[in-house]
Amino acid sequence: MDETAIVRIDNVSKHFGEPGAAGGNTFAAVDRVSLDVRRGEFFSLLGPSGCGKTTLLRMIAGLEMPTAGAIRINGAEVTHVPPYRRPVNMVFQQYALFPHLTVAQNVAFGLRYKGVATADYATKVDAALELVRLSGLGRRRPDQLSGGQRQRVALARALVLEPQVLLLDEPLGALDQKLRKEMQVELRGMQRKLDITFIFVTHDQEEALTMSDRLAVMNRGKVEQIGPAPDVFERPRTEFVARFMGAANFFDSQGGDGKFVVRPEKLHLRTAPPADPGWRCVEGRVEDRVYQGINTMWVVAGQRGRYTLYEQNVRPVRGGGPDVGDRVFVCWDQSHAVTIGGTEGE
Amino acid sequence: MNNPTARRWAEPLRVFGLVLPAWAALGVFFVAPLAIMLVISFAQRDAYGGIRPIEDLRAYLRSWQWLANYRQSFEGMYLTILWRSVWMAVATTAICILISYPVAYYIALLARPRWKNLLLVLAVVPFWTSFLIRTYAWMLILRTQGLANTVLLSSGLIHQPLDLLYNDFAVMIGLVYGELPFMILPLYASLEKLDRTLLEAAADLGAARAATFWRVTVPLTMPGIVAGVVLVFIPSIGQFIVSDLLGGAKTVLVGNLINDQFSWARNRPFGSALAFEVTAVVLATVAWYAIYARKRGGMEGL
Repeated sequence: MDETAIVRIDNVSKHFGEPGAAGGNTFAAVDRVSLDVRRGEFFSLLGPSGCGKTTLLRMIAGLEMPTAGAIRINGAEVTHVPPYRRPVNMVFQQYALFPHLTVAQNVAFGLRYKGVATADYATKVDAALELVRLSGLGRRRPDQLSGGQRQRVALARALVLEPQVLLLDEPLGALDQKLRKEMQVELRGMQRKLDITFIFVTHDQEEALTMSDRLAVMNRGKVEQIGPAPDVFERPRTEFVARFMGAANFFDSQGGDGKFVVRPEKLHLRTAPPADPGWRCVEGRVEDRVYQGINTMWVVAGQRGRYTLYEQNVRPVRGGGPDVGDRVFVCWDQSHAVTIGGTEGE
Repeated sequence: MNNPTARRWAEPLRVFGLVLPAWAALGVFFVAPLAIMLVISFAQRDAYGGIRPIEDLRAYLRSWQWLANYRQSFEGMYLTILWRSVWMAVATTAICILISYPVAYYIALLARPRWKNLLLVLAVVPFWTSFLIRTYAWMLILRTQGLANTVLLSSGLIHQPLDLLYNDFAVMIGLVYGELPFMILPLYASLEKLDRTLLEAAADLGAARAATFWRVTVPLTMPGIVAGVVLVFIPSIGQFIVSDLLGGAKTVLVGNLINDQFSWARNRPFGSALAFEVTAVVLATVAWYAIYARKRGGMEGL
């Protein structure tokens, strides 16, 4: 395994429910997951709600104890170490700011357990608030802040403790779209500047792609695929990952029982098959045509299924091109086809 | 009703009509008796237990005679009794907090959801029985041949029965027992509302269980604690049945003293003065609560 791993998840499972209950009614939120997070990287756990990504994060934080398996942080086994003795800190989904304390008191909360001298609190708190661009708001109460500001306080409160790993549980989920985009860029910048390992939980594939060095796609308690963001996006290994990373088009392999997938932006619409021998095509009829500004989305019904593809509107669109009902060819460069193994729900 | 003046007055009149019964009830059953009591507390008893008529009001006021009852209440034995009453009420409240907090904490945060309601009902169930009967039950438990002594003797822990009844200890047990649910319920309500992720956040920031409790749980459940203090302290300070039955003749509280003034000492003016002093303590407690609640923004605890 990886020598640079700062967090090592080794065959970790988490079962919820009563073990002795009728019918052995337990549910595996996380099911035998193994993965390494490397020192200094921005790592995302991506998946739909209920896939186990938050449970896994909470086990790294120590807020949830694994049913089986081991967790190591910085080489030390922490599987059953309580949260207050772990070198990690968390930014909670709803921020979890203490409503009875001011912003500065919130940020200073953990300092005494880090052995910081009381005299140094103010300096540290000021520096942390400056880092998240909230200087001067130290005396406010959390309920006097906007959602975005609360988010920053939660970030400052964790970062002031200089954790080895910062855990973020869908921290941008409650923000509006514009603020969300801004925070994505800012978080990424902060992570590079501070050189802290970030583990980021999200259900938003675009967000995970924008921010992560590497990511793990989770489904039903298991890791489906793990790797650098472009890898997972462009070369999905399972049908689930292909679907989750954006509408993918599935084709049956010639003569085999396997499947391959081509991403919608890598399919092209043609009225006749191109002469290039590296290209493949399937025939179909246009079912729908949706003008989306930058792109036009085409839905083509073929014999073996329905395909979605995007053509960039590089020229002004004036109602030209194939119409709904027209016969067309959906074509792709063979090197863009990705063979996938497992199927969904394996 | 198209007359604009009539319409302008319609709404305030309707509100007034709705509030009137409540105000009237408060006036007749609360303010008026209190006013009568206040006047009586400044008077003197006559030889037959009635109220001595005042012939010359100006001379009476100038003689400071009207404050005699209050002055008397702060002297010697009476001052001791007043002090003991306050002290016992404070102790009752403190012991109630110490017992109720873990109970409420368990029900609100640790018990399985399906047990919660049952546990809450169990905490309140004794109230379906008369307070008097429950206090008599304590006499049966605490007396020399009572349950407590029988169990202790047969277990070999003691060889002679203990004097458990008719002392401060017995009164304290009775007071705490009677007031316990009034502490458990507001504490439960505020603990139930406590956002558990705040406890997780504290742990994540490095606070062990004790630190989390003192720095997060206690401050955030302060409205419940304050409400419980008010609900327990106020009845405790005026108690006289418990001290009568469980304290015998030894433990006299201000409640007994007031009761005595009206029932057999026949000194209604002195009794009224004492009652007014208790009322003043109660009002001060409520005022403290009102100020606290306003500062916190709302009467969330009560």
